[in-house]
Amino acid sequence: MTSLASAPRSTAHRDERIARSILFVCATVFVVGITLILIYLAIAGTRLFFQFHVSPLTFLFSNNWDGADGQFGAAPFIVGSLVATAFAILVGGPLGVAIGVFFAELAPKRVAAIFKPAIEVLVGIPSVVYGWLGLTLLVPAIGQVFHLVDGDGLLAAGIVLSIMIVPTVISLSEDALRSVPDAMREGSLALGATRWETISRVLIPSASSGIAVAVILGIARAIGETLAIQLVIGNAPVIPGSLLKPASALTSEIVMDMQNAQDGTAFQASLFSMALLLLLISMGLILLIRFALRKRT
Amino acid sequence: MVRSAHFAAVILGATLLAPTASFADTNITIAGSTALQPLAQAAADEYQQAHPDVKISVTGGGSGQGIAQAASKGVDIGDSDILAPTHPELVDNKVAVVGFSVIVNPASGVTGLTKDQIQSIFSGKVTNWKDVGGKDEPITVINRPAGSGTRAVFLKTLMGKATLAQDSLVEDATGTVVQKVIQTAGAVSYASFSGTHNKTGLTEVAIDGAQPNDADVIAGKYPFWSYEHMFTNGPATGEVAKFIDFTKSNGALFKKLNFILISSMKVSETNR
Repeated sequence: MTSLASAPRSTAHRDERIARSILFVCATVFVVGITLILIYLAIAGTRLFFQFHVSPLTFLFSNNWDGADGQFGAAPFIVGSLVATAFAILVGGPLGVAIGVFFAELAPKRVAAIFKPAIEVLVGIPSVVYGWLGLTLLVPAIGQVFHLVDGDGLLAAGIVLSIMIVPTVISLSEDALRSVPDAMREGSLALGATRWETISRVLIPSASSGIAVAVILGIARAIGETLAIQLVIGNAPVIPGSLLKPASALTSEIVMDMQNAQDGTAFQASLFSMALLLLLISMGLILLIRFALRKRT
Repeated sequence: MVRSAHFAAVILGATLLAPTASFADTNITIAGSTALQPLAQAAADEYQQAHPDVKISVTGGGSGQGIAQAASKGVDIGDSDILAPTHPELVDNKVAVVGFSVIVNPASGVTGLTKDQIQSIFSGKVTNWKDVGGKDEPITVINRPAGSGTRAVFLKTLMGKATLAQDSLVEDATGTVVQKVIQTAGAVSYASFSGTHNKTGLTEVAIDGAQPNDADVIAGKYPFWSYEHMFTNGPATGEVAKFIDFTKSNGALFKKLNFILISSMKVSETNR
């Protein structure tokens, strides 16, 4: 009896040990891999300053760019990336959270049951599709509305990005709201709060960390977006005088120039610096929001 | 989209195919210029049919990638629109002449321009077509990105000492450039013959009276053309040399794909 009972138990122990070591190895490989990528990017991204002696100040603040001709001012791309991302998050963030609230709290169950999967499908639409539609529909439309010959620019990029991040923000903020315990809702309503007061004073504050994650992922998607931006922003390496003038962004400039930048040139090194900067900006934004959130709670 | 796919393909091609090349002499790997890629691919298909023991892989990635891959021996042949002055070990095998057109949206009302007018337009001095003999329509300039082979040829053959205005639109693919010129009233840009010939909705302009066609390029009247290069690391030998010779003498393919045989040219690059 005892031997029969102990046999499966020791097998279970062994299985658990194996499973644990497999998971440990996976996690280690992943962390080491990411670290190596970061180290490589840190080295390649600073070569422009150490090996080619371009001042970091020139790189960050000059707006003279011609990578093939020794001009490495990346300010136009930094400004372009930040403005397009800010636009996207200012428009797409509140819109996404609002729609998320609607589906989580106000929409009839049947409506929510239809739209929830539909929105999840929207999250997965490849960015080239958004960019292509932007190029063929949105850019000419902007041109007509504002009486321009050409509608390329930060406005087009910002609108495309807004549309792209809204499904992500909806989906995640809805999940965050749904995970607030029903007792909170019932308690609030029992105290005589209206539905709106319940949503704005109880549910949204309780779900704030989840909503913040939704917005962070929206920002991450917006600042890292490449193709959709490249197709509609106009790719002019200048700081534009208005949202309606052609501009450029870090991501789109990297992808456009990397095919022409030869190995070992300052041109290529400058693209790596832009990649490093992009990483630092997105990490910085995420840390900033996490910090702000922790301080509030 | 195409770019990153090409880039991935170059890396994949380099990592997967380079090791196998050492086992058999009959593997040829080619990467680089997307302008030359259609010709290289079509020639590779024909060559493999005639020589079943030879396997040729052709990928894009851009001229810069072609030169880099050939220099690092990641590929046997690096395709490029531009020269490789920083890599003295690379041997330049000129395989074709490619012609380029200055293309305008028909709303501009022009069918021909002088070099001076082109320089004024692309440097930003002239901003309305009526100042260069066209209609009263604002000019929208579209350039290729810094370092692009097509842009380099444009600068060298047409711009002289003039510089490009910074605030123009920039598009990196021939297809996007052509689409933008077609859909934007008053737009102007430039692209290779293979992208601009037989397209409706755009005008290929004559330059100083010479037409953007094979005949005027061959006769030396039309200035906007360039050589396409297949760089090899050291002189080409064996099947690689045979394939390059096969490619550059394949008249039927050249005609179909809008390239021009070097042997038919009445001028060379130095006396264009």
